[in-house]
Amino acid sequence: MIEYLQILGQEIYKIIFLLVPILVSVAMIVWLDRRVWGLVQKRRGPNVVGPFGLFQTLADALKYIFKEIIIPASANKVVFILAPIVTMTLALVAWAVIPMSENLVLADINVGILYLFAVSSLGVYGIIMGGWASNSKYPFLGAIRSAAQMVSYEVSIGIIIINVLLCVGSLNLNEIVIAQKELWYVIPLFPMFVIFFISALAETNRPPFDLPEAEAELVAGYQTEYSGMMYAMFWLGEYANILLMCAMGSILFLGGWLPIMDVYPLNAIPAPLWMILKILFLFLLFALIKAIVPRYRYDQLMRLGWKIFLPFSLIYLVLTASFLFYFDKLPKVSI
Amino acid sequence: MNFSRLLKTIFLVEFIAGLYMAIKELFRKSKTINYPFEKGPISPRMRGEHALRRYPNGEERCIACKLCEAVCPAQAITIESSERSDGSRKTTRYDIDMLKCIYCGLCQESCPVDAIVQGPNFEFATETREELYYNKEKLLQNGDRWESVLAKNIKMDKPYR
Repeated sequence: MIEYLQILGQEIYKIIFLLVPILVSVAMIVWLDRRVWGLVQKRRGPNVVGPFGLFQTLADALKYIFKEIIIPASANKVVFILAPIVTMTLALVAWAVIPMSENLVLADINVGILYLFAVSSLGVYGIIMGGWASNSKYPFLGAIRSAAQMVSYEVSIGIIIINVLLCVGSLNLNEIVIAQKELWYVIPLFPMFVIFFISALAETNRPPFDLPEAEAELVAGYQTEYSGMMYAMFWLGEYANILLMCAMGSILFLGGWLPIMDVYPLNAIPAPLWMILKILFLFLLFALIKAIVPRYRYDQLMRLGWKIFLPFSLIYLVLTASFLFYFDKLPKVSI
Repeated sequence: MNFSRLLKTIFLVEFIAGLYMAIKELFRKSKTINYPFEKGPISPRMRGEHALRRYPNGEERCIACKLCEAVCPAQAITIESSERSDGSRKTTRYDIDMLKCIYCGLCQESCPVDAIVQGPNFEFATETREELYYNKEKLLQNGDRWESVLAKNIKMDKPYR
Protein backbone atom coordinates (compact mmCIF):
# COMPACT_ATOMS: atom_id res chain seq x y z
CA MET A 1 0.00 0.00 0.00
CA ILE A 2 2.72 2.44 1.04
CA GLU A 3 4.75 1.53 -1.99
CA TYR A 4 1.75 2.12 -4.21
CA LEU A 5 1.19 5.54 -2.69
CA GLN A 6 4.85 6.37 -3.15
CA ILE A 7 4.72 5.52 -6.84
CA LEU A 8 1.48 7.45 -7.20
CA GLY A 9 3.03 10.46 -5.46
CA GLN A 10 6.05 10.34 -7.74
CA GLU A 11 3.90 10.18 -10.84
CA ILE A 12 1.73 13.06 -9.68
CA TYR A 13 4.86 15.06 -8.94
CA LYS A 14 6.11 14.38 -12.45
CA ILE A 15 2.77 15.28 -14.02
CA ILE A 16 2.59 18.56 -12.11
CA PHE A 17 6.16 19.28 -13.14
CA LEU A 18 5.02 18.86 -16.76
CA LEU A 19 1.63 20.58 -16.55
CA VAL A 20 2.57 23.75 -14.71
CA PRO A 21 5.18 24.86 -17.26
CA ILE A 22 2.75 24.06 -20.07
CA LEU A 23 -0.06 26.09 -18.53
CA VAL A 24 2.29 28.99 -17.87
CA SER A 25 3.67 28.84 -21.39
CA VAL A 26 0.13 28.71 -22.79
CA ALA A 27 -0.59 31.92 -20.92
CA MET A 28 2.58 33.50 -22.29
CA ILE A 29 1.81 32.27 -25.79
CA VAL A 30 -1.62 33.90 -25.74
CA TRP A 31 0.09 37.13 -24.81
CA LEU A 32 2.67 36.68 -27.58
CA ASP A 33 -0.06 35.94 -30.09
CA ARG A 34 -2.02 39.07 -29.27
CA ARG A 35 1.12 41.17 -29.06
CA VAL A 36 2.51 40.09 -32.43
CA TRP A 37 -0.89 40.49 -33.99
CA GLY A 38 -1.08 44.01 -32.58
CA LEU A 39 2.44 44.98 -33.63
CA VAL A 40 1.94 43.80 -37.21
CA GLN A 41 -1.20 45.91 -37.38
CA LYS A 42 0.77 48.87 -35.91
CA ARG A 43 -1.09 48.67 -32.64
CA ARG A 44 0.59 48.12 -29.31
CA GLY A 45 -1.19 45.01 -28.15
CA PRO A 46 -1.63 44.22 -24.46
CA ASN A 47 1.04 46.19 -22.60
CA VAL A 48 -0.49 47.35 -19.33
CA VAL A 49 -0.64 44.42 -16.90
CA GLY A 50 2.86 43.59 -15.66
CA PRO A 51 6.10 44.15 -17.61
CA PHE A 52 5.23 44.46 -21.33
CA GLY A 53 1.73 43.25 -20.44
CA LEU A 54 3.04 39.76 -19.74
CA PHE A 55 0.43 39.12 -17.05
CA GLN A 56 -2.48 40.05 -19.31
CA THR A 57 -3.53 36.42 -19.70
CA LEU A 58 -3.41 35.85 -15.95
CA ALA A 59 -5.64 38.88 -15.48
CA ASP A 60 -8.00 37.51 -18.11
CA ALA A 61 -8.04 34.11 -16.44
CA LEU A 62 -8.85 35.74 -13.11
CA LYS A 63 -11.70 37.57 -14.75
CA TYR A 64 -13.04 34.35 -16.29
CA ILE A 65 -12.86 32.54 -12.96
CA PHE A 66 -15.05 35.13 -11.28
CA LYS A 67 -17.58 35.25 -14.08
CA GLU A 68 -20.84 33.38 -13.85
CA ILE A 69 -21.13 30.14 -15.77
CA ILE A 70 -24.36 30.22 -17.71
CA ILE A 71 -25.81 26.93 -18.88
CA PRO A 72 -28.58 27.37 -21.45
CA ALA A 73 -31.93 25.94 -20.34
CA SER A 74 -32.25 23.68 -23.38
CA ALA A 75 -28.66 22.45 -23.30
CA ASN A 76 -27.70 18.90 -22.52
CA LYS A 77 -26.05 19.76 -19.22
CA VAL A 78 -23.72 16.80 -18.77
CA VAL A 79 -22.27 16.97 -22.28
CA PHE A 80 -22.23 20.75 -22.17
CA ILE A 81 -20.06 20.74 -19.06
CA LEU A 82 -17.97 17.82 -20.29
CA ALA A 83 -17.02 19.44 -23.63
CA PRO A 84 -14.49 22.04 -22.41
CA ILE A 85 -13.08 19.54 -19.95
CA VAL A 86 -12.51 17.04 -22.76
CA THR A 87 -10.93 19.68 -24.98
CA MET A 88 -8.52 20.86 -22.34
CA THR A 89 -7.65 17.43 -20.99
CA LEU A 90 -6.88 16.03 -24.43
CA ALA A 91 -4.76 19.04 -25.30
CA LEU A 92 -2.72 18.62 -22.12
CA VAL A 93 -2.56 14.82 -22.10
CA ALA A 94 -0.77 14.78 -25.44
CA TRP A 95 2.20 16.56 -23.92
CA ALA A 96 3.12 13.41 -22.00
CA VAL A 97 5.09 12.05 -24.95
CA ILE A 98 6.75 15.24 -26.19
CA PRO A 99 10.50 14.91 -25.51
CA MET A 100 12.09 18.13 -24.33
CA SER A 101 15.49 16.40 -24.32
CA GLU A 102 16.70 12.83 -24.53
CA ASN A 103 15.71 12.09 -20.92
CA LEU A 104 13.23 14.84 -20.17
CA VAL A 105 10.06 13.11 -21.30
CA LEU A 106 7.19 11.90 -19.14
CA ALA A 107 6.31 8.78 -21.13
CA ASP A 108 8.92 7.53 -23.58
CA ILE A 109 6.57 5.08 -25.29
CA ASN A 110 7.51 3.35 -28.51
CA VAL A 111 4.38 4.46 -30.39
CA GLY A 112 4.75 8.10 -29.37
CA ILE A 113 3.78 9.61 -32.69
CA LEU A 114 0.71 7.39 -33.00
CA TYR A 115 -0.36 8.39 -29.50
CA LEU A 116 0.15 12.05 -30.36
CA PHE A 117 -1.84 11.68 -33.55
CA ALA A 118 -4.63 9.79 -31.83
CA VAL A 119 -4.98 12.29 -29.01
CA SER A 120 -4.91 15.30 -31.29
CA SER A 121 -7.57 13.64 -33.45
CA LEU A 122 -9.74 13.09 -30.39
CA GLY A 123 -9.65 16.85 -29.86
CA VAL A 124 -12.50 17.19 -32.32
CA TYR A 125 -14.81 15.43 -29.88
CA GLY A 126 -14.66 18.29 -27.42
CA ILE A 127 -15.71 20.67 -30.15
CA ILE A 128 -18.52 18.48 -31.45
CA MET A 129 -19.80 17.87 -27.94
CA GLY A 130 -19.73 21.57 -27.17
CA GLY A 131 -21.52 22.48 -30.37
CA TRP A 132 -24.14 19.79 -30.11
CA ALA A 133 -24.86 20.13 -26.41
CA SER A 134 -25.39 23.89 -26.68
CA ASN A 135 -28.62 23.17 -28.59
CA SER A 136 -28.33 26.37 -30.55
CA LYS A 137 -27.81 26.95 -34.25
CA TYR A 138 -24.50 28.81 -34.33
CA PRO A 139 -22.55 26.43 -32.09
CA PHE A 140 -24.02 23.52 -34.04
CA LEU A 141 -22.94 24.90 -37.42
CA GLY A 142 -19.52 25.76 -35.99
CA ALA A 143 -19.08 22.28 -34.59
CA ILE A 144 -20.07 20.63 -37.86
CA ARG A 145 -17.68 22.78 -39.83
CA SER A 146 -14.93 22.13 -37.35
CA ALA A 147 -15.46 18.38 -37.43
CA ALA A 148 -15.36 18.23 -41.23
CA GLN A 149 -12.32 20.48 -41.35
CA MET A 150 -10.31 18.66 -38.72
CA VAL A 151 -11.07 15.24 -40.16
CA SER A 152 -10.09 16.34 -43.67
CA TYR A 153 -6.79 17.82 -42.66
CA GLU A 154 -5.93 14.98 -40.33
CA VAL A 155 -5.79 12.71 -43.36
CA SER A 156 -3.03 14.72 -44.98
CA ILE A 157 -1.22 15.14 -41.65
CA GLY A 158 -1.30 11.37 -41.29
CA ILE A 159 0.29 10.87 -44.68
CA ILE A 160 2.91 13.51 -43.90
CA ILE A 161 3.74 11.66 -40.71
CA ILE A 162 4.13 8.45 -42.73
CA ASN A 163 6.60 10.35 -44.91
CA VAL A 164 8.74 11.10 -41.90
CA LEU A 165 8.33 7.62 -40.46
CA LEU A 166 9.59 6.11 -43.71
CA CYS A 167 12.84 7.97 -43.20
CA VAL A 168 13.13 7.16 -39.50
CA GLY A 169 11.89 3.61 -39.13
CA SER A 170 10.55 4.16 -35.64
CA LEU A 171 7.43 5.57 -34.00
CA ASN A 172 9.30 6.72 -30.92
CA LEU A 173 9.55 10.50 -30.82
CA ASN A 174 13.03 10.48 -29.33
CA GLU A 175 14.25 8.24 -32.12
CA ILE A 176 12.65 10.52 -34.70
CA VAL A 177 14.66 13.38 -33.24
CA ILE A 178 17.90 11.40 -33.09
CA ALA A 179 17.46 10.26 -36.70
CA GLN A 180 17.72 13.91 -37.72
CA LYS A 181 21.21 14.31 -36.29
CA GLU A 182 22.75 14.45 -39.78
CA LEU A 183 20.04 16.35 -41.58
CA TRP A 184 16.82 17.89 -40.40
CA TYR A 185 13.89 16.54 -42.35
CA VAL A 186 12.81 20.06 -43.18
CA ILE A 187 15.41 20.03 -45.98
CA PRO A 188 14.59 16.81 -47.89
CA LEU A 189 10.90 16.97 -47.01
CA PHE A 190 10.43 20.72 -47.34
CA PRO A 191 7.13 20.56 -49.30
CA MET A 192 5.80 18.21 -46.64
CA PHE A 193 6.84 20.67 -43.95
CA VAL A 194 4.87 23.43 -45.66
CA ILE A 195 1.82 21.22 -46.03
CA PHE A 196 2.16 20.04 -42.45
CA PHE A 197 2.28 23.61 -41.27
CA ILE A 198 -0.79 24.64 -43.24
CA SER A 199 -2.65 21.52 -42.14
CA ALA A 200 -1.68 22.34 -38.56
CA LEU A 201 -3.28 25.74 -39.02
CA ALA A 202 -6.48 24.02 -40.13
CA GLU A 203 -6.23 21.40 -37.42
CA THR A 204 -6.08 24.01 -34.67
CA ASN A 205 -8.75 26.25 -36.23
CA ARG A 206 -6.36 29.12 -36.70
CA PRO A 207 -6.73 31.78 -39.39
CA PRO A 208 -7.02 31.47 -42.36
CA PHE A 209 -8.98 28.32 -41.48
CA ASP A 210 -10.86 29.61 -38.43
CA LEU A 211 -14.21 28.82 -40.00
CA PRO A 212 -15.62 27.09 -36.90
CA GLU A 213 -15.50 30.38 -35.09
CA ALA A 214 -15.95 32.72 -38.04
CA GLU A 215 -17.21 35.66 -36.05
CA ALA A 216 -18.89 37.33 -38.99
CA GLU A 217 -21.18 34.38 -39.65
CA LEU A 218 -21.27 32.20 -36.55
CA VAL A 219 -20.84 34.61 -33.62
CA ALA A 220 -18.14 32.47 -31.98
CA GLY A 221 -18.91 29.03 -33.39
CA TYR A 222 -19.00 26.23 -30.87
CA GLN A 223 -18.01 28.58 -28.04
CA THR A 224 -21.03 30.84 -28.45
CA GLU A 225 -23.03 29.53 -25.49
CA TYR A 226 -20.05 29.17 -23.17
CA SER A 227 -19.11 31.64 -20.50
CA GLY A 228 -16.79 32.07 -17.58
CA MET A 229 -14.25 29.39 -16.83
CA MET A 230 -15.71 26.95 -19.34
CA TYR A 231 -14.98 29.38 -22.14
CA ALA A 232 -11.50 29.92 -20.75
CA MET A 233 -10.95 26.16 -20.76
CA PHE A 234 -11.83 26.01 -24.45
CA TRP A 235 -9.30 28.74 -25.05
CA LEU A 236 -6.68 27.02 -22.99
CA GLY A 237 -7.23 23.79 -24.84
CA GLU A 238 -7.05 25.56 -28.16
CA TYR A 239 -3.77 27.25 -27.40
CA ALA A 240 -2.32 24.10 -25.81
CA ASN A 241 -3.23 22.37 -29.07
CA ILE A 242 -1.49 25.05 -31.08
CA LEU A 243 1.63 24.63 -28.97
CA LEU A 244 1.33 20.88 -29.40
CA MET A 245 1.19 21.26 -33.17
CA CYS A 246 4.27 23.50 -33.02
CA ALA A 247 6.04 20.90 -30.90
CA MET A 248 5.01 18.17 -33.34
CA GLY A 249 6.29 20.22 -36.27
CA SER A 250 9.60 20.85 -34.59
CA ILE A 251 10.03 17.19 -33.68
CA LEU A 252 9.09 15.86 -37.10
CA PHE A 253 10.92 18.39 -39.24
CA LEU A 254 13.11 20.74 -37.24
CA GLY A 255 15.12 18.19 -35.29
CA GLY A 256 13.34 18.55 -31.95
CA TRP A 257 15.82 19.24 -29.18
CA LEU A 258 18.89 18.98 -31.45
CA PRO A 259 21.01 22.10 -31.92
CA ILE A 260 21.23 23.61 -35.39
CA MET A 261 24.80 22.36 -35.77
CA ASP A 262 26.78 20.12 -33.48
CA VAL A 263 29.53 22.70 -32.88
CA TYR A 264 30.73 24.20 -29.62
CA PRO A 265 28.74 27.36 -28.79
CA LEU A 266 25.53 25.89 -30.17
CA ASN A 267 25.61 22.48 -28.53
CA ALA A 268 26.40 24.08 -25.16
CA ILE A 269 22.87 25.44 -25.08
CA PRO A 270 20.76 22.88 -23.19
CA ALA A 271 18.49 20.68 -25.29
CA PRO A 272 15.13 21.80 -23.78
CA LEU A 273 16.01 25.36 -24.72
CA TRP A 274 16.51 24.35 -28.35
CA MET A 275 13.13 22.66 -28.30
CA ILE A 276 11.51 25.75 -26.80
CA LEU A 277 13.20 27.99 -29.37
CA LYS A 278 11.91 25.86 -32.23
CA ILE A 279 8.39 25.77 -30.81
CA LEU A 280 8.54 29.54 -30.41
CA PHE A 281 9.74 29.98 -33.97
CA LEU A 282 6.84 27.95 -35.32
CA PHE A 283 4.41 29.74 -33.05
CA LEU A 284 5.66 33.11 -34.26
CA LEU A 285 4.83 31.96 -37.78
CA PHE A 286 1.36 30.99 -36.56
CA ALA A 287 0.93 34.44 -35.02
CA LEU A 288 2.24 36.28 -38.09
CA ILE A 289 -0.01 34.31 -40.39
CA LYS A 290 -3.00 35.21 -38.26
CA ALA A 291 -2.21 38.85 -39.00
CA ILE A 292 -1.81 38.61 -42.77
CA VAL A 293 -4.34 36.19 -44.18
CA PRO A 294 -8.05 36.54 -44.92
CA ARG A 295 -10.39 33.71 -44.02
CA TYR A 296 -10.94 30.87 -46.51
CA ARG A 297 -14.37 30.13 -47.85
CA TYR A 298 -15.67 26.76 -46.77
CA ASP A 299 -15.58 25.10 -50.19
CA GLN A 300 -12.07 26.46 -50.77
CA LEU A 301 -10.98 24.96 -47.51
CA MET A 302 -12.34 21.56 -48.44
CA ARG A 303 -10.89 21.76 -51.94
CA LEU A 304 -7.46 22.59 -50.55
CA GLY A 305 -7.60 19.71 -48.12
CA TRP A 306 -8.95 16.94 -50.33
CA LYS A 307 -7.97 17.91 -53.86
CA ILE A 308 -4.55 19.45 -53.33
CA PHE A 309 -2.93 18.46 -50.05
CA LEU A 310 -4.04 14.84 -49.99
CA PRO A 311 -2.92 13.90 -53.54
CA PHE A 312 0.24 15.94 -53.22
CA SER A 313 1.31 14.33 -49.98
CA LEU A 314 0.46 10.90 -51.41
CA ILE A 315 2.63 11.57 -54.47
CA TYR A 316 5.42 12.80 -52.26
CA LEU A 317 5.06 9.69 -50.13
CA VAL A 318 5.60 7.54 -53.20
CA LEU A 319 8.57 9.72 -54.20
CA THR A 320 10.15 9.43 -50.76
CA ALA A 321 9.63 5.70 -50.66
CA SER A 322 11.08 5.19 -54.15
CA PHE A 323 14.04 7.40 -53.37
CA LEU A 324 14.81 5.54 -50.16
CA PHE A 325 14.36 2.18 -51.87
CA TYR A 326 16.40 3.02 -54.95
CA PHE A 327 19.38 4.40 -53.02
CA ASP A 328 19.03 1.64 -50.44
CA LYS A 329 18.55 4.11 -47.59
CA LEU A 330 15.53 2.48 -46.03
CA PRO A 331 15.96 2.37 -42.24
CA LYS A 332 16.92 -1.02 -40.93
CA VAL A 333 14.11 -2.14 -38.66
CA SER A 334 14.24 -5.41 -36.77
CA ILE A 335 10.78 -6.79 -36.28
CA MET B 1 -5.62 29.49 -64.78
CA ASN B 2 -2.51 30.42 -66.71
CA PHE B 3 0.88 28.93 -66.07
CA SER B 4 2.60 31.75 -64.21
CA ARG B 5 -0.38 32.11 -61.90
CA LEU B 6 -0.23 28.38 -61.21
CA LEU B 7 3.46 28.63 -60.32
CA LYS B 8 2.72 31.58 -58.08
CA THR B 9 0.08 29.59 -56.27
CA ILE B 10 2.23 26.51 -55.85
CA PHE B 11 5.20 28.40 -54.48
CA LEU B 12 3.02 30.60 -52.25
CA VAL B 13 4.58 33.75 -53.70
CA GLU B 14 1.90 36.14 -52.53
CA PHE B 15 1.85 34.49 -49.15
CA ILE B 16 5.59 34.86 -48.65
CA ALA B 17 5.42 38.48 -49.78
CA GLY B 18 2.73 39.02 -47.17
CA LEU B 19 4.79 37.34 -44.51
CA TYR B 20 7.79 39.50 -45.40
CA MET B 21 5.59 42.58 -45.16
CA ALA B 22 4.27 41.47 -41.77
CA ILE B 23 7.77 40.94 -40.42
CA LYS B 24 8.83 44.34 -41.73
CA GLU B 25 5.86 46.03 -40.10
CA LEU B 26 6.51 44.15 -36.86
CA PHE B 27 9.58 46.29 -36.20
CA ARG B 28 8.09 49.62 -37.25
CA LYS B 29 6.82 52.09 -34.68
CA SER B 30 3.16 51.63 -33.89
CA LYS B 31 0.71 54.33 -34.85
CA THR B 32 -1.41 54.15 -31.71
CA ILE B 33 -0.69 55.78 -28.35
CA ASN B 34 -0.96 54.51 -24.79
CA TYR B 35 -4.22 56.35 -24.36
CA PRO B 36 -4.80 56.99 -20.68
CA PHE B 37 -1.11 57.78 -20.23
CA GLU B 38 -0.45 59.57 -23.50
CA LYS B 39 -2.96 61.77 -25.23
CA GLY B 40 -3.28 62.91 -28.79
CA PRO B 41 -3.20 66.58 -29.78
CA ILE B 42 -6.43 68.55 -29.33
CA SER B 43 -7.48 71.52 -31.46
CA PRO B 44 -8.20 74.84 -29.72
CA ARG B 45 -11.65 74.60 -31.28
CA MET B 46 -12.36 71.34 -29.47
CA ARG B 47 -15.99 71.24 -28.36
CA GLY B 48 -15.81 69.23 -25.18
CA GLU B 49 -17.18 69.69 -21.68
CA HIS B 50 -18.91 72.99 -20.97
CA ALA B 51 -17.65 75.62 -18.56
CA LEU B 52 -18.89 78.98 -17.28
CA ARG B 53 -16.07 81.50 -17.10
CA ARG B 54 -15.42 84.36 -14.70
CA TYR B 55 -13.71 87.73 -15.09
CA PRO B 56 -10.27 87.97 -13.53
CA ASN B 57 -11.78 89.79 -10.56
CA GLY B 58 -13.96 86.77 -9.78
CA GLU B 59 -17.24 88.15 -11.15
CA GLU B 60 -19.29 85.78 -13.30
CA ARG B 61 -19.29 86.68 -16.96
CA CYS B 62 -22.78 85.40 -17.65
CA ILE B 63 -25.35 88.19 -17.93
CA ALA B 64 -28.36 85.88 -18.27
CA CYS B 65 -29.24 87.05 -21.77
CA LYS B 66 -30.51 83.53 -22.48
CA LEU B 67 -29.20 83.54 -26.06
CA CYS B 68 -27.63 80.16 -25.52
CA GLU B 69 -30.86 78.77 -24.17
CA ALA B 70 -32.67 80.09 -27.22
CA VAL B 71 -30.15 78.82 -29.75
CA CYS B 72 -29.60 75.40 -28.23
CA PRO B 73 -31.00 72.93 -30.80
CA ALA B 74 -31.28 70.14 -28.26
CA GLN B 75 -32.87 72.42 -25.63
CA ALA B 76 -30.35 71.17 -23.13
CA ILE B 77 -29.87 74.51 -21.38
CA THR B 78 -32.23 75.89 -18.71
CA ILE B 79 -31.66 79.37 -17.30
CA GLU B 80 -33.48 81.33 -14.62
CA SER B 81 -32.40 84.83 -13.68
CA SER B 82 -33.15 87.65 -11.26
CA GLU B 83 -31.85 91.09 -10.40
CA ARG B 84 -29.07 91.15 -7.90
CA SER B 85 -28.84 93.71 -5.04
CA ASP B 86 -26.34 95.82 -7.04
CA GLY B 87 -28.80 96.08 -9.93
CA SER B 88 -27.10 93.69 -12.33
CA ARG B 89 -28.95 90.79 -13.92
CA LYS B 90 -27.43 87.42 -13.01
CA THR B 91 -28.46 83.81 -13.36
CA THR B 92 -29.93 82.02 -10.39
CA ARG B 93 -29.96 78.76 -12.24
CA TYR B 94 -27.90 77.57 -15.17
CA ASP B 95 -28.38 73.89 -15.96
CA ILE B 96 -27.02 71.91 -18.87
CA ASP B 97 -28.23 68.39 -19.46
CA MET B 98 -25.01 66.88 -20.81
CA LEU B 99 -26.96 63.88 -22.07
CA LYS B 100 -29.23 65.99 -24.24
CA CYS B 101 -26.37 68.17 -25.45
CA ILE B 102 -25.17 67.42 -28.96
CA TYR B 103 -21.92 69.36 -28.56
CA CYS B 104 -22.62 71.61 -31.56
CA GLY B 105 -20.94 74.65 -30.06
CA LEU B 106 -23.80 77.07 -30.86
CA CYS B 107 -24.03 78.21 -27.21
CA GLN B 108 -20.40 79.24 -27.25
CA GLU B 109 -20.86 81.09 -30.56
CA SER B 110 -23.98 82.89 -29.41
CA CYS B 111 -22.53 84.08 -26.12
CA PRO B 112 -21.78 87.83 -26.29
CA VAL B 113 -19.47 87.79 -23.26
CA ASP B 114 -17.63 84.49 -23.77
CA ALA B 115 -19.19 83.13 -20.61
CA ILE B 116 -20.36 79.69 -21.69
CA VAL B 117 -17.58 77.90 -23.53
CA GLN B 118 -16.77 74.34 -24.48
CA GLY B 119 -13.38 73.28 -23.21
CA PRO B 120 -10.91 70.66 -24.36
CA ASN B 121 -11.99 68.11 -21.73
CA PHE B 122 -13.75 65.07 -23.13
CA GLU B 123 -13.14 62.65 -20.28
CA PHE B 124 -16.10 63.37 -18.04
CA ALA B 125 -17.82 60.00 -18.12
CA THR B 126 -19.70 59.21 -14.93
CA GLU B 127 -21.21 56.15 -13.35
CA THR B 128 -24.70 57.58 -12.92
CA ARG B 129 -27.02 59.57 -15.16
CA GLU B 130 -27.66 62.21 -12.48
CA GLU B 131 -24.03 63.25 -12.37
CA LEU B 132 -24.33 64.46 -15.96
CA TYR B 133 -27.07 67.00 -15.17
CA TYR B 134 -24.69 69.91 -14.72
CA ASN B 135 -25.79 72.90 -12.64
CA LYS B 136 -24.34 76.36 -12.35
CA GLU B 137 -22.01 75.45 -9.52
CA LYS B 138 -20.49 72.58 -11.47
CA LEU B 139 -20.11 74.70 -14.61
CA LEU B 140 -18.40 77.51 -12.71
CA GLN B 141 -16.14 74.95 -11.10
CA ASN B 142 -15.22 73.69 -14.56
CA GLY B 143 -14.52 77.27 -15.60
CA ASP B 144 -12.17 77.80 -12.67
CA ARG B 145 -10.44 74.53 -13.35
CA TRP B 146 -9.86 75.04 -17.07
CA GLU B 147 -9.60 78.86 -17.15
CA SER B 148 -5.98 79.05 -18.33
CA VAL B 149 -6.59 76.64 -21.20
CA LEU B 150 -9.92 78.20 -22.11
CA ALA B 151 -8.47 81.71 -22.26
CA LYS B 152 -5.61 80.50 -24.42
CA ASN B 153 -7.91 78.61 -26.78
CA ILE B 154 -10.23 81.60 -27.21
CA LYS B 155 -7.29 83.85 -27.93
CA MET B 156 -5.86 81.41 -30.48
CA ASP B 157 -9.21 81.01 -32.21
CA LYS B 158 -10.03 84.75 -32.20
CA PRO B 159 -8.75 85.56 -35.74
CA TYR B 160 -11.09 83.01 -37.28
CA ARG B 161 -14.31 84.08 -35.57
